[in-house]
Amino acid sequence: MAEGILVVTNQEEGRVRRVAYEMLAVAQELAPGKVTALTFGPGAEQTREGLGRYGADQVVALNGPAYAAYSSDGFADAVAKATESLDVEALFFPANAWGKDLAPRVAGLLKAGLASDCTDMFRRDDGRLGAVRPVYAGKAFARVAIQSPRQVFSLRPNIQPIKETGRAGTAWDFDPGLDAASFKAVVTEVLTSQGGQLELTEADIIVSGGRGVKAPENFKVLEDLADALGAALGSSRPVADEGWVPHSYHIGQTGKVVSPTVYFAVGISGAIQHLAGISGSKYIVAINSDADAPIFKAANYGVVGDLFKVVPALAQEIRAIKKDA
Amino acid sequence: MKILVLVKQVPDTATKIRLNPGDAAIQTDGIKWVINPYDEFAIEEGLRLKEKHGGEVVVVSMGPARVEEAIRQALAMGADRAVHIVKDAVGDSQVAARALARVCQDEGYDLIVTGKQAVDDDQAQVGPLVAVELRLPQVTVVLKLEVDPDARKIRAERELEGASEIVELPMPAVVTAQRGLNEPRYPTLPNIMKAKKKEVKSVPLESLGIDTEPWVVVEELTLPPERPAARILTGEPEEAARELARLLHEEAKVI
Ligand SMILES: Cc1cc2nc3c(=O)[nH]c(=O)nc-3n(C[C@H](O)[C@H](O)[C@H](O)COP(=O)(O)OP(=O)(O)OC[C@H]3O[C@@H](n4cnc5c(N)ncnc54)[C@H](O)[C@@H]3O)c2cc1C
Ligand SMILES: Nc1ncnc2c1ncn2[C@@H]1O[C@H](COP(=O)(O)O)[C@@H](O)[C@H]1O
Repeated sequence: MAEGILVVTNQEEGRVRRVAYEMLAVAQELAPGKVTALTFGPGAEQTREGLGRYGADQVVALNGPAYAAYSSDGFADAVAKATESLDVEALFFPANAWGKDLAPRVAGLLKAGLASDCTDMFRRDDGRLGAVRPVYAGKAFARVAIQSPRQVFSLRPNIQPIKETGRAGTAWDFDPGLDAASFKAVVTEVLTSQGGQLELTEADIIVSGGRGVKAPENFKVLEDLADALGAALGSSRPVADEGWVPHSYHIGQTGKVVSPTVYFAVGISGAIQHLAGISGSKYIVAINSDADAPIFKAANYGVVGDLFKVVPALAQEIRAIKKDA
Repeated sequence: MKILVLVKQVPDTATKIRLNPGDAAIQTDGIKWVINPYDEFAIEEGLRLKEKHGGEVVVVSMGPARVEEAIRQALAMGADRAVHIVKDAVGDSQVAARALARVCQDEGYDLIVTGKQAVDDDQAQVGPLVAVELRLPQVTVVLKLEVDPDARKIRAERELEGASEIVELPMPAVVTAQRGLNEPRYPTLPNIMKAKKKEVKSVPLESLGIDTEPWVVVEELTLPPERPAARILTGEPEEAARELARLLHEEAKVI
């Protein structure tokens, strides 16, 4: 019977995102067999040490010229070939832009079921893997079983703890033998934007503004609080629609679904579509002048007051606490 | 250019989810059904491509009889005709992709456009699965799309975390639409009238000759745990801010 888990991960300039280590920690816990990590591109070789330290028994680095630029069809073919060669029980992908593009393509090739964006993984009584995943943007959670011989999962970033284990991380030389000339969809350029804004789906603290902020220039008030906290900035949908902030800030059922430790909802009423995107937050803090705003029902802590007075005072208090620490 | 748009009908995003213990599906009585929000961007993009390059926009949708309402709305936006794959049983993404791909195959296409994700199951996989079934390249979560029908080439910008990337690919292909791609039009009254007469071909799932056994099975749905009642602070802003900072630091221990 197939055994072991293949953890497929992206790397940029020799660095993997934290979710790679989260997937390895889950895989170690669940796999009776080997945990193998697969990375692509120039710099893939440099990830070996870290991937081993956080739980990979072996590492495949596909760093040939064919893998220099991402191709959904090309990379999917390579993962499918590696899967056949290793004969693993399951594959893990990160549920980020990269993994969500690649995982379904691989699942299709392998004729395997895929559960996307899982927040919990476990071993079932029948010996197979099971998962819990949010549906309706987190308004409910589904426990799912995958009944195809092979199982594919993508894991939501920022949920699982990471664990140092110091496994060997030995190199596994594997060449899928693909010709880049056969790759159809190819990335030709990466456009970085928003000078260093922390990624919302990976942020530990988020300060998010709504229509209560009233004008784009007023976002400075939130920026200052975010700066004091080391937080990322987010927003409700209307604020992004108005162009006060980039579209990538928009949180909710039709925007980003986030799971930070603390979510500050400032001048946000708490519409059901907004709440859907933040239900995975450990703590929700609401600052709103309307004591009846629905956001207070979803919050752990709330301040009823004018954000233009509360937020600057809070930023000052936070800075004072941090200075003492 | 022949453009196929895959449209799913989903519960309105304002829907409050109701469950009984042990349920594997939500309670659907009283739910308002709408076109999946991302599929509206897909329809709009199809219409714009047709307006620019000529051709036809065909909507393909799978689901029970109620789905026809979503189909008529897509036709009222301006799609030319539709295929309704009639299916009542629960399935999974792969069953949907196999069925949709079969119909796409029968129709023929230059481009297939889907939403990036359906806001009910949130699987974000039917587009790429259709692409694999049809051996097509894909570009997902697209913010900008340029199509050159003569050169049979596509150049798309897709969203990444805090960045974006340009993907180039040949036609035909599968493209999945993200918010920001365009601003979907509202159906006008004359177009709503016209839509009533447009052709909707009804195809029973069973007639497609595909495997309809789901691989991914929902065993149980649960609601997220309730948060304990909030600590609400009122009073002077400076006082409230100081108390909030203290609670976050000493009680929650998160700063
Ligand atoms: C199909 C669909 C999908 C949607 N998806 C999303 C989504 O993904 N995300 C999303 O956010 N929304 C979404 N919406 C919109 C959603 O329904 C609400 O309209 C929206 O969330 C409201 O945004 P808001 O809270 O910023 O604004 P409002 O509802 O206008 O709230 C502003 C709040 O600011 C408070 N306020 C005003 N002045 C001050 C002050 N000086 N100090 C403190 N507080 C103040 C007010 O009391 C009020 O509560 C969607 C809607 C639809 C129809
Ligand atoms: N039953 C369906 N009928 C038509 N299109 C669908 C169906 N299910 C999914 N799709 C398309 O695939 C996209 C992604 O859906 P999902 O993989 O379920 O998140 C949707 O936005 C639709 O464009």
